[in-house]
Amino acid sequence: MSVAIKYRIGKSTVFQALVMVLSFACVVPLIFILIYILQAGITKINWHFLTNLPKPVGETGGGIANALVGTSIIIATASVIAIPFGILCGIYLSENKNSKLAYWSRLCIDILQGVPSIVIGIVAYFWLVKPLNGFSALSGSVALAIMMLPIVVRSTEETLLLLPDSLREAAYALGMPFHRVILKVIVPCGISGILSGVMLSVARITGETAPLLFTAFGNPYLTTDITKPMQSLPLLIFNYATSPYNDWHDLAWGASCILLIWVLLLNIFTKLITRKWKVQL
Amino acid sequence: MESTIVKSVNYNAYFGDNHVVKDVNIEIPRNTTIAVMGPSGCGKTTFLRGINRMHELIPGATAKGQILLNGEDVMEMHPIFVRLKIGMVFQRPNPFPNLSIYDNVIAGYKLNGIKLPKAEKDTIVEHSLTRVALWNEVKDSLTKKGSFLSGGQQQRLCIARAVAMEPEVLLFDEPTSALDPISTSTVEELFHELKKNYTLIIVTHNMQQAARVSDRTAFFYMGELVEFDDTKTMFTNPKDIRTQNYITGRFS
Repeated sequence: MSVAIKYRIGKSTVFQALVMVLSFACVVPLIFILIYILQAGITKINWHFLTNLPKPVGETGGGIANALVGTSIIIATASVIAIPFGILCGIYLSENKNSKLAYWSRLCIDILQGVPSIVIGIVAYFWLVKPLNGFSALSGSVALAIMMLPIVVRSTEETLLLLPDSLREAAYALGMPFHRVILKVIVPCGISGILSGVMLSVARITGETAPLLFTAFGNPYLTTDITKPMQSLPLLIFNYATSPYNDWHDLAWGASCILLIWVLLLNIFTKLITRKWKVQL
Repeated sequence: MESTIVKSVNYNAYFGDNHVVKDVNIEIPRNTTIAVMGPSGCGKTTFLRGINRMHELIPGATAKGQILLNGEDVMEMHPIFVRLKIGMVFQRPNPFPNLSIYDNVIAGYKLNGIKLPKAEKDTIVEHSLTRVALWNEVKDSLTKKGSFLSGGQQQRLCIARAVAMEPEVLLFDEPTSALDPISTSTVEELFHELKKNYTLIIVTHNMQQAARVSDRTAFFYMGELVEFDDTKTMFTNPKDIRTQNYITGRFS
């Protein structure tokens, strides 16, 4: 074999090895984070931890029940606000690819996706917290809903664009009106993609802290009133991890672990749904 | 009953500035099979899609002139009514992938929110599938998804779906161009059956197919309707030189 060919084969082998090593390197940080947080947090999680309120400084034990309930309520409210808007906007964008309005809303959605979360928090503060004279879970939900919106819109749009035009034509040719074409044919055929976008957006906002700092604010007690300040997992982690007390550090580690498990489960669940509900075209 | 079912009067269709169908005047008699042939880009498909107002769904598409269904201008009717009376089958089989075979057949009712008693639905499904010679092949797998069928079966399912709505006219846009020869001949045999109850308008690329299945043939060239005559006359004794050239294969 000539030297030139050997040299080319050698280059090819090196390149292949490089691709493999670097793609493995992408996984390493995640594995380290998982191991580290699970090690520190998993021992703190037990029934007592999940069902009790945090204890005042000086008392041992205590749990994060208020943050669990708070996070659930804040995320649920944000979802109720963002999902209908997001899906409808996504439908509009996929059905009217070239209209002026579509162009501008696509642009705005893309920019919105890039707006730092702290800025969205400030906006929610000036829109809701100041006029309503007080921190509230609702204002936090609005901030999170704004963060969810671009993800839901874009994933809905991209899913629906992948559906063949022949599907729409089949529906129109049967005399179906626009709303039925959308609700009975287009959305059901793209449901797995739409849902996975929704779930990923929920996973994305679960850990958001900045927009909640001056909206939901946090609350050491359990509340289900969305017009009142409310605790949430990321806020609890932020406040307790920066405190000087060891007991609070433990709570923060446990909460981090719970947050991580929640996001992990949500991602796995999304994969399952996508596979199960995928419509074979 | 009047013998003309579809009539076009000075029908013109455009995509933006592109004039694709020019002043077409045609009278289509009831319960006949019409083949529409012509070279690619001659406007035959656009004309077909104009009949049930599918043309206007494409952004930038416009139309002028009249299409009369039983003497009534479809441009004045709501497109939904037009499409209920004029069914359509497309080039590629497009069953609804989210629905079972059974639901695909009654999709026109189900998805339009028309409630029917179960017995009636069963009758429509069996009747429509029998009409398209698919009943025996799928009667044991009605709950399976439509996409589980072969291409030819899917196309017949799509015909059954159109037939189930009991339209007056059925439009076919190159219905066999995506099918293998055996499926093609099955579908062609169907045309002979369907013509007893419906008026069929079939756009085809394939001259032999036009000759085999149709009573009358329309020849489109460069957006114009060049000739419309009995299929036999058209293929044996075309009047226009352009038709003659096309049929003898001097251009395609």
